[in-house]
Amino acid sequence: MTKTSDLGSEWQLTPPLSTRLRGMLGATGKAAKRDIVLGMSISLLFLGLFLAVFAPTLARTDYERTDPVNRMLPPSTDNWFGTDNWGRDVFDRTIVGTRLSFLVGFSVTLISSVVGVSIALIISYFRILDAVMMRFVDGFLAFPTILLALALISLIGPSIGNVIIALSVTATAGKIRLVRGAVLSLRESTYVEAARAVGVPVPRILMFHVLPNIVSIIIVQATFTLASAILAEASLSFLGAGVPEYVPSWGNIIATGQGYIQVGFHISFFPGLFLTVTVLAVVLIGDSIRDHLDPKLRGRLRTTAQQ
Amino acid sequence: MVGIITFTLVYVGPGDPAAIIAGDEATPEILEEIREDLGFNRPFPVQMGDWFWKLLQGDLGTSYFSRREITELITPRLQPTLSLGFQVVVLSTLIGISTGMLAAWKAGSRLDRNLMILAVLGFATPGFWLAFLTIWVFAVNLGWFPVIGYKPIQDGLIPHLHSMFLPVMVNSILASAFISRITRSAMLEVLREDYIRTARAKGASEFSVFIRHAFRPSAIPVATVIGASIAGLATGFVLTETIFAIPGLGRMLVDSIVRRDYPIIQALLMVVATVLIAVNLIVDILYAYIDPRIRY
Repeated sequence: MTKTSDLGSEWQLTPPLSTRLRGMLGATGKAAKRDIVLGMSISLLFLGLFLAVFAPTLARTDYERTDPVNRMLPPSTDNWFGTDNWGRDVFDRTIVGTRLSFLVGFSVTLISSVVGVSIALIISYFRILDAVMMRFVDGFLAFPTILLALALISLIGPSIGNVIIALSVTATAGKIRLVRGAVLSLRESTYVEAARAVGVPVPRILMFHVLPNIVSIIIVQATFTLASAILAEASLSFLGAGVPEYVPSWGNIIATGQGYIQVGFHISFFPGLFLTVTVLAVVLIGDSIRDHLDPKLRGRLRTTAQQ
Repeated sequence: MVGIITFTLVYVGPGDPAAIIAGDEATPEILEEIREDLGFNRPFPVQMGDWFWKLLQGDLGTSYFSRREITELITPRLQPTLSLGFQVVVLSTLIGISTGMLAAWKAGSRLDRNLMILAVLGFATPGFWLAFLTIWVFAVNLGWFPVIGYKPIQDGLIPHLHSMFLPVMVNSILASAFISRITRSAMLEVLREDYIRTARAKGASEFSVFIRHAFRPSAIPVATVIGASIAGLATGFVLTETIFAIPGLGRMLVDSIVRRDYPIIQALLMVVATVLIAVNLIVDILYAYIDPRIRY
């Protein structure tokens, strides 16, 4: 963040974005030491990331190798999570599924945050564009997320990329609405008015005066998006409308086990457990960030009881 | 707007419905005939205009596959979904509000903390996995309920409720988690108000303070979240109906998506969106009833 002109630096009343982010990271780190729930959630998420990155190395067998002799085996020391209807190792498939869940979750979060925030910032300064865009957003929000994603995927076909696209489209609509509201209220604040009065150009106001002040809202919303994207991907794959069947996903492993509920309880149980724990960790992290970093929201939107 | 999005979405899809209907061995002549027949060769605005005009007359179109009216196909599917929806909304509201109030009453206690941990768990647990677990425990192992199998109301109310018990419970528990969280925080907010202190000071019993003074002002966010949870239910039903093999609208949607029966997908999306908009309207009207200061 270089100071381009004397005027700009003089009127940069809000700390730059990078400083804010660093401050937030530090505060989260400190909070994690005090708050055991947050600490555990962050550790679990890192464990998940570790599994996602190193899944192919960690898998002890080829997760696609079928072994009909050893099908439907219960969990044992050889196959920690048992084997499925083709004799494939459920543990290996589950950790490879971790990779997909994190890939989809983080991609959707990143895409919808960047696109959503950009669109929201731009339309908040152009009345006509705003009016048109918000009708579209409202239209999209009239559909439940998964149903819309389901319809989109039925049209563009099941693939990892298309799942990411479909979920990003639905997540972006919500982002635009949330950020636009925040930007509209910030636009009336005195420091934005002051910046405008001294002639700071609109893009600069948006980048250096408005954006740093909505960062905490964006981050809290991002954790929510991450949690729901992971859940949504699993739901879609469970219905057979997510990733193609040959890609192991928590959702389609659970769907496999569903058909063998009488004899193969373990097939669905473990991926479901991974899914629940991951989403839980993300939700708890989001709650903590909100509580620790945004004093204005503290209490009002508190969702977990930590005292 | 909702209609335009629905129609455009389905229209721009790359899949050629004529090719799907005709099957793999169709000749180009047959494809052309089907297109002519179903009106696919007309320009986009004409097709959309035609679709809207019929929609206004209550005609949702014709299925590509069974060639029957969609309204006719939807009717038998309504009962299971409506029954499920009604039971879940009632039950989740009851569970959600009562646990939320209990948590607010005992705020800070162990009970409060445990209830809220459950509520967070309820948000994080995927419905289809919880459904799987309950089927395994109650149907496969304990044998209290059928694994799958839906009995319509015509077979008697008790068998109907019995066959619906697990799906209703799964959806209600998950939906009530959210309602409970919001009820608790809304109650806590209101309990800090001055008039609550006044009510206590003049000697109103704790129960009366809670029900008469605190609940009504906190009912607005609660009504909002119940409205929002109905949107969540639409998603939940698609999954639950698939797992529990309930012949409702959710299953119909999944089946149609697999078969690419676009008119049904369009019709169902329209129905869902319309229901959700109606729910929002009802919630808005309820605001005025809850808080007489709100006028429209």
